[in-house]
Amino acid sequence: MHNNIHNTLNFPAMDIKIKKGLDLKLVGGIENPKNACAGLKAVEGVCALCPEDFPGFKPKTSIKEGTLVNAGDAVLYNKDYETMALASPIDGKVRAVVRGDRRRILRVEIEPAKVDPATEQTGILDNADAQATVDVLASKGLLARFRERPYDVVPTAGVCKVRDIYVICFDSAPLAVDPAECVEGTEVEKRLAGGLEILSRLTDGKVYLAVRAGSSFAAIAERIAAGGKGIEVLSVAGLYPSSLPGSLISATAPLNKGERVWSLDLTTALRIGELKACGHYSFENTVAVVGYEVEKPFYAKACDGMSIKALVNGHLKKSPEHKRIISGNVFTGVSESEDGYLRFPYRQLTIIPEGDDKDEFMGWASLAPSKVSVNRSFPLSFMRKIFNPDARLNGGRRAMIMSGEYERYIPMDILPEYLIKAILAKDVEGMEKLGIYEVAPEDFALAEFADTSKLPLQQIVRDGLDYLRKELE
Amino acid sequence: MARLRQYLDKIKPQFEPGGRFQALHSVFDGFETFLYSPRTTSAARYTTHIHDSIDSKRTMTIVIMALLPCFVFGMYNIGYQHWLAAGLEPSGHFWEELFYGFLTVLPRLVVSYVVGLGIEFIVAQKKHEEIQEGFLVTGILIPMICPPEISLWMLAVATAFSVIFAKEVFGGTGYNLLNVALVTRAFLFFAYPAHMSGDKVFVATGQPFGFGPAVPDGFTCATPLGQISQGTFDITGVGSHAISTWDAFLGLMPGCMGETSTLFILVGGLLLMLAGIASWRVMLTVFAGALCMGWVANIFATPTYPMASVEPFQQLLYGGLAFAAVFMATDPVTSARTSKGKYIYGFLTGVVAVLIRTYNNGYPEGAMLAVLLMNCFAPLIDWCIVEANARRRLARLVRSQK
Repeated sequence: MHNNIHNTLNFPAMDIKIKKGLDLKLVGGIENPKNACAGLKAVEGVCALCPEDFPGFKPKTSIKEGTLVNAGDAVLYNKDYETMALASPIDGKVRAVVRGDRRRILRVEIEPAKVDPATEQTGILDNADAQATVDVLASKGLLARFRERPYDVVPTAGVCKVRDIYVICFDSAPLAVDPAECVEGTEVEKRLAGGLEILSRLTDGKVYLAVRAGSSFAAIAERIAAGGKGIEVLSVAGLYPSSLPGSLISATAPLNKGERVWSLDLTTALRIGELKACGHYSFENTVAVVGYEVEKPFYAKACDGMSIKALVNGHLKKSPEHKRIISGNVFTGVSESEDGYLRFPYRQLTIIPEGDDKDEFMGWASLAPSKVSVNRSFPLSFMRKIFNPDARLNGGRRAMIMSGEYERYIPMDILPEYLIKAILAKDVEGMEKLGIYEVAPEDFALAEFADTSKLPLQQIVRDGLDYLRKELE
Repeated sequence: MARLRQYLDKIKPQFEPGGRFQALHSVFDGFETFLYSPRTTSAARYTTHIHDSIDSKRTMTIVIMALLPCFVFGMYNIGYQHWLAAGLEPSGHFWEELFYGFLTVLPRLVVSYVVGLGIEFIVAQKKHEEIQEGFLVTGILIPMICPPEISLWMLAVATAFSVIFAKEVFGGTGYNLLNVALVTRAFLFFAYPAHMSGDKVFVATGQPFGFGPAVPDGFTCATPLGQISQGTFDITGVGSHAISTWDAFLGLMPGCMGETSTLFILVGGLLLMLAGIASWRVMLTVFAGALCMGWVANIFATPTYPMASVEPFQQLLYGGLAFAAVFMATDPVTSARTSKGKYIYGFLTGVVAVLIRTYNNGYPEGAMLAVLLMNCFAPLIDWCIVEANARRRLARLVRSQK
């Protein structure tokens, strides 16, 4: 104990306070989350890998329907980066390789089946240099879970060292599972320390470990940082989007042109540690099934890419109203049907009313406190603490009229409105000047929520990043 | 209400492409989204799945609500001044005066909306877009910043000119460079100067629809600013009644309908600020700029420029400066859009407004020209702020490479 305190004093965490943002409380949260995630039984079902969730990953596969795979076997490869794979999350049989336009692979579905156990390979990460480490992580399906800035894509081929690495251990999105809340025990600390050691090989800068200020996990993080090399704890206070890498990069060392940083979540870091220790890793994760349309919101233990049917399994409200099943949170998730799958980053299903079957008479004039708004022109909503939103845009798309709306919700030193305009104008020089390398679509999620003009900001940024990448390569 | 929805659903196909009234699609859509919130929902990915209830309709409605106190008082004041001009005692005739004002304004309001919205509807239909709400505010602003009895045809021509050439050619609401309502006024001001300034136009003398007492022929009364610019400091209103500072603050004096009452303008401004619709940065800095310039002018006052001799705070009571600060300069589309830019933009607007009215004997009022001038400079101000941001980024890059 004494030792811990000593270390904490020697290696103070960097305190980061993110002032801009919003803590939007939604109905349908889990009561008493700490207890709810203890002792869960794993859900079983078909799992799918959707390469679409990994921007920059151009999928190809030689695998056929009916092939048996072990959990951890590579199923999809990246055409631009041959060693980078996406791995099967379960032991099973490939049920389908679903393709879309021009035979683009939409997803690979794997159903559980009995297969011969895989041979264990331990020590694969011992004494590996940066390149060898990256190769292992890539082939084991872990590198694809990293995000690289600029461009918000999977790591680029040939890159084995980046400026800094950000490991995010909390989630400030509405109704999110805090990944740090659902992991416990001494094993976790050892795994994470192992994972961070591996990550520190991949940068000459720092491995930042971002934790929620004051959380119980912060103490663990500080202990690990004290025992490791090049690891710095970021003790983050603030509302959403304080858990987004963009906000944290901006608060520590904003990205310059020509630099690269990687970001990953706690789960991935733990898996790297597990891979180092055991030669394989578990694909299980704690998933929150939340939102107004869930009878009693709950946690479930499930493998990556679990089928939504298996996950919700009759827990949805039986109302005839249309529902929107969001794989992820309400700000950055993917809308899926009930036949869909849990999508990367595999931590949350949010089910809210769709709202397209509702008639609201003169909604724009309403003074009802139930209106979802953080704008002061809805005075009663403004005093409200918890909302029940649906998926409607609540208005028509317009040109940018109001000014200063985006800045309020983007904690970065950029001028979002001008960046968006430069992207829309396909002005490469303008985009560079205004900081496109620093942003990802998710950084604009809150601004998109609050936007009077209902512009698709995240899509605009995604298109801008893709365009720029194509232009400059 | 369900029946209305059913009716709309029933007639909707006729307005869709291929229907009998497809040429009116945008109009139908405009009314439908006015009556019922659109059912459009978020996309599937790279999207925020929930959206705030604030939309363009709500925003514009709040601005109109903020204008209403001024509007109602303006109607009353038109009647009040008319009663004075007719040589009658104005007190005790509140409802008649209000009704007189209403009858005077009504045709102008109708002309402004019919012409402006008509053009908007046509353009929206041609571009296959939704009707945009911008003109809802512009349409009520126009009669409020023109003399009460401006000819209907002049108003129609000016409104059409400004909607087409100040807004639609730039791409519609959100793309215009200049404030549309002020362009309307500027058009009238330069095209028909005799009807927009002088001693005859700021008190309603007619009898709209035969209502109200008759005013003797040849009636004249200068506005307070007109009097000061002639070197008269004991300002009088209609019938040589003295106008006290309190009267000026309350707004019982001749002038354009919306601009006379600083009190009700401030009430509207407060509402806009509370609702977070208009920028407090702009509003406060316009006042600050005007006060500063008024103060400087006051220190160096000479008889050549009588306007320089008034107390700085009086600059805000007379003429259209307060109205311009609260409702014109704050137009988010035409003002500076960066936070820092707003301070500069607002301050300069206030300075230029007082500068024009003080040192240009040709124009007793400078608020309109100041806002229009600063509208032109707003992109430049923003450019400087944006460049500063870009330079900061570049400097960081250079530092990192050292």
